[in-house]
Formats: sequence, structure tokens, C-alpha cells
Amino acid sequence: MSTIPTSGLNEGGIITEAGNAAEFKTGDWRSNVPQWVPENCIHCMFCWIYCPDTAVAIDSTGEKTVMTGFVFEHCKGCGICAQHCPPAAKGKAAIVMVRDEK
Amino acid sequence: MKQIYVGLTGNEAVATAFKQARPHVAPAFPITPQTEMMHKFADFVADGVVDTEMILVESEHSAMSAAIGSAATGARTFTATSSAGFALMWEVVYIAASLRLPICMPVVNRALSGNINIHNDHSDAMGGRDAGWIQLWCENTQEAYDHALMCWRIAEHKDVRLPVMINYDGFIISHTAESLHILPDEDAWKFVGPKDLKAGYSLLDMDRPITVGPLDLTDYYFEHKVSQIEALKRAPKYIAEVYKEFGQLTGRHYSFFEEYRTDDADLVIVALGSTAGTAKDVIDAQREKGVKVGLLKIHMFRPFPAAELAKALSKAKVVGVMDKSASFGGWGGPLFNEIRSALYDLPARPKIHNWIYGLGGRDTDTKQIVSLIEQLQAIAKGREAETVNLLGVRL
Repeated sequence: MSTIPTSGLNEGGIITEAGNAAEFKTGDWRSNVPQWVPENCIHCMFCWIYCPDTAVAIDSTGEKTVMTGFVFEHCKGCGICAQHCPPAAKGKAAIVMVRDEK
Repeated sequence: MKQIYVGLTGNEAVATAFKQARPHVAPAFPITPQTEMMHKFADFVADGVVDTEMILVESEHSAMSAAIGSAATGARTFTATSSAGFALMWEVVYIAASLRLPICMPVVNRALSGNINIHNDHSDAMGGRDAGWIQLWCENTQEAYDHALMCWRIAEHKDVRLPVMINYDGFIISHTAESLHILPDEDAWKFVGPKDLKAGYSLLDMDRPITVGPLDLTDYYFEHKVSQIEALKRAPKYIAEVYKEFGQLTGRHYSFFEEYRTDDADLVIVALGSTAGTAKDVIDAQREKGVKVGLLKIHMFRPFPAAELAKALSKAKVVGVMDKSASFGGWGGPLFNEIRSALYDLPARPKIHNWIYGLGGRDTDTKQIVSLIEQLQAIAKGREAETVNLLGVRL
């Protein structure tokens, strides 16, 4: 629960920071979950671009930006990443959707 | 300053005031009896008299949505509506206030369906009284014109920043030509002044990118509603300031409510809108006969000036509140409820009775108001009476 009083809020509830959805953990109600298969991943970043939230973790510190997995605090299990994951490595995609058993 | 004495309908007068306020954007959709107002304003735009971008939308819901988008960029924006059109824009009317957008909108008051009726009562605006807008009510064409100039100063004040609804009675005011004083364009512009495009926030401010209207759940929504409540609490101070400045400029002095011959009045009628004009004539005649009756006409219904009204009505013996809208299944009309509640804490309060009148444009003539005053006299003498009554209807 926020501790900011009414007087400390922006007029009209506007948001002045970009990307503050990262502060809201909303990944606890999915029924399907993406599973990453690193050996099939060509790090094309399609999943990162298409993810409607910020659930794809990447590492951009190296020479080439690479996918490193999922941030499940933000993943609702929509499956868009799996839809767009190209079956580039031996005809196999790097993301498959499975039932979330948790 | 020399004012110009003209004959205009209420709609023409309001269109003239809005032309003088030089709005940037006006989304428009026709509905009787408002249509003529936007029609007249569109004439000004077509003639090049005012440089307003008109957006001709497909519904009132779209008109208010477009007004919200426009006002969120910082543009001075108005639209206008009546009756079913107001009902259709309901959802977004609330959003305009929630986003703290200083949109001005005449609601040219008309009955709500069904059955379909184009004539005047107050059921449209009364349904929107809790939408978070400032609501100002006018008695005649002059008051409609004056409020259509003053509304910008109130809405756009940095400590207010709320939308303002100007109410004037459909046909009775909107389509009736009356003589009135208007300001020369230059003087009106000097009074209204340019909109501060950087006030509040702007969707088009690239240096300060923002998100407007995000999901707002259990963690913040309540606080955001409180900030609206507080903005409405602050508003009367600035409304009074604008009234004062306008009075000094024009000689027409407004206040939250007008008290007509109430000083020594035992009986006080409370009303909104054009009926107040009829009531004044009746009161003059009754005063000739020695009846101590007065009128309290409310300009500012939202925010509701409860403390000031309680003080003003504290000396009356009987108060008759006239409601031109029904609250179906409720305990009297909306104005009655507010007045009665405002007076509850008085140590010695007057008797307060309600009359529902004029629904669907039923003519409220002097005879009806005489009959109301006779009922108030009887109540003052101790006669038992219903709390909620009807006026001018067949039973």
C-alpha cells in the first residue's frame, strides 16, 4: 500500500515517469507460463519487443544483447512471446507455453 | 467601458460569449435545444470571426471524449449538450472532472426521455450533479452570457482546474430573444484572457511526457477522488473573486445565490433557473398585498454553498424549495434534499417543504407560484402539509 498522501499526488492522477509499470507486480494470476529453451534461442529479441509488459529479461551489457529468461512477477501468461518466437534453431522455437502448475 | 445593448436568444448570447473567449477547440454534436448555440458558433468560425477548430463528431460521447483529448493538450475547449445527449456522454463527463480538465459546457436544460420530450426541466443536469463539475445556473439570457464569459476564469484557475457546466433553461432561455448588455470583443478578451497552455499538464509537452487516465485501483483511486473533493472545496473562493471582478467591470454583481426581497421575509421560495424570474414578478405583487415573501435563487449548485445558504435561510419561517426534476423513489427533489440537509444543524430551522414542478416543460405560470405562496402562508399559520408536493399537475 502506498504511503503518499493526497497532497503528494499528481493532479488528475497523471503519471510523469515512463515505464513505471515495473513497480507493479501483476504476474500472480496466470494459468499458462512461457518456458524458455536456451539451446533453441537465437536471441532475436522478438519476445522482448512483443511482450506487452516487462516480463522478458535481457542482458545488454555485452557486445550482443541476449535474452536471459523471464521476470515472472510481470508475466500474465498471454503467450504472445511464444507466438512470435521463430523456430529458427533446427526448426524448434525457444519459447513454449506450458500449464502453470503453481 | 461602454457595453453594447443587443437583443439575442440565450443560445446566440452564449455563442457570442464563447466567440469572445477565443477557444482553440470545440467538438460539436447537435441536440435540441442546444443545437442553435453550436450552429451560431459555427457561423462565427465559418465567417472567420474566431479561429476555433471545430470537430464534428458522431455522438455526445465522442464530443466529450474529443474535448478531453483536446483539453489534456492544454487547449481551451468547450462543447455543449442537452438532455439525452448529456446522458449519452455521462461516462466521459466524469472523466473530464477526474482528469481535472477545465472544459466549459453549456447544458441547455431539457427533460430526459422517456417519453421523449424536448422541453425544459432540470433532470438532465441534476443527474450529473455528482460528476465533479462546477455547476452554475442562469435565470435569463443576460446571466447565461455573463456566465459563459466568467466560466473560463473559474475553470482555468490554477487552484481550481475543474470543468464548468453552465445551465440555462431550454427554449425558455435558449430560444427566447431578450435584450441584454454584452461586452465589446476587446473588453471581453481582456477579461477572459489567453489560456496558459503550460498550466497543469499537457499531452503535447515533449519535455515532460506523461500518461493520462491510467488504471487507478485500490492503492490510489480514493486519494485521487479526495483531491477532486478538495478542488471543489477551494472553488468558491475563486468563483467569488471572478464574480467580484466581473461586477466591477460590468455593474452586474453575482454571488453564489441571489436573495430577492428576503430581508424581512417569513416565506422564502428557493429555485433555479428561469422560474426565478416568474417568481420575482409574483413576489412583487404579493408584497403589494403585504405578504412577506422572498426568493432565493441559486447560481452555484456545485459546489453547494451549504453554510451560506443555512445562514441566509435561518430567519425564514417557511421555505418552499422548487425542484424542476423528480428523484424517483427518493425523498423529494435534489435541490430540496440539499437545502434541507444544509439547514438541519440550525438551532431553530424553518419548516422546509418541496414542490416538484414543470416537468417536461409544463408551463409554470404566475398562478402556480401564487398557489405555492398561499400554501406557504397556510403552513406558516400551522396547517399540516405534505413534505413533498406537486405543482401544476393533474392528479
